[in-house]
Amino acid sequence: MAEAIVFYGLAALILGFAVLVISTRNTVHSALYLVVNFLLVAMLYVMLGAEFLAAIQVLVYAGGIVVLYLFVVMLVNLKRPPETHQDPRRQTRLGLALASALLAELAAIIVYSATGESAPAATAAAAAGADIAGGNVEQIGMLLYTNYLIPFEVASMLLLVAMIGAIVLAKREL
Amino acid sequence: MLEITPTHYLVLSAGLFMIGVIGVMVRRNIIIIFMSIELMLNAVNVNLAAFSQQWQHVTGQVFAVFVIAVAAAEAAVGLGIILAFYRNKETVNIDEMNVMRW
Repeated sequence: MAEAIVFYGLAALILGFAVLVISTRNTVHSALYLVVNFLLVAMLYVMLGAEFLAAIQVLVYAGGIVVLYLFVVMLVNLKRPPETHQDPRRQTRLGLALASALLAELAAIIVYSATGESAPAATAAAAAGADIAGGNVEQIGMLLYTNYLIPFEVASMLLLVAMIGAIVLAKREL
Repeated sequence: MLEITPTHYLVLSAGLFMIGVIGVMVRRNIIIIFMSIELMLNAVNVNLAAFSQQWQHVTGQVFAVFVIAVAAAEAAVGLGIILAFYRNKETVNIDEMNVMRW
């Protein structure tokens, strides 16, 4: 009961702030709503028992990426809002048709998955010898440095390349 | 309705993803479009965490960590591109970013 209340409250807030992010005129307000959205998603991770993911979410997303966005919004000094001019090639009819098709698909998926037989319970997986010993961080670290060591190294390489790329792109002259 | 199953999380994640897609489609400001992409990546992470809880296995969370790393790299490079473009054209409107359109 309490879980349901917390979930529905969090879900409503997450979706509401997501709508605010994409609908606000002011870009700085949009970035701030994005912070709130990320923090709420972090709470959802705590509900799901993924504490490490929640901490990473707060540190990397709310602490790092959004600050990057705010810096860019400050550097990109908007004298005229970009939304003012109308696109002459906007295809309203086609967009409406595609959007309604997508809505119908989503509704079909939700109805199908809600009425179909429920997914196999977690007990089956737990009985199959899933390693649930130790804390959440311990488990993730264990998996990250054994089974997923090569993807981990590739991710570090990707971050290095992205860092060099960002410096090269943002520098005025090399 | 009162018992929260993974399906609930999947529906929430689908909603968050759709809001991100709408943001990418509707807005003309490229910074807002990048924020919408972050929303979509977050929806994917919620999905992964929900499945991780359903199967009582942390592989999903490991993949979510990778997704976050990729999102950070994408944000850094994307915002660098925005800055470089703004220096040349003084705009963040994607309708005016048509240098490579034939």
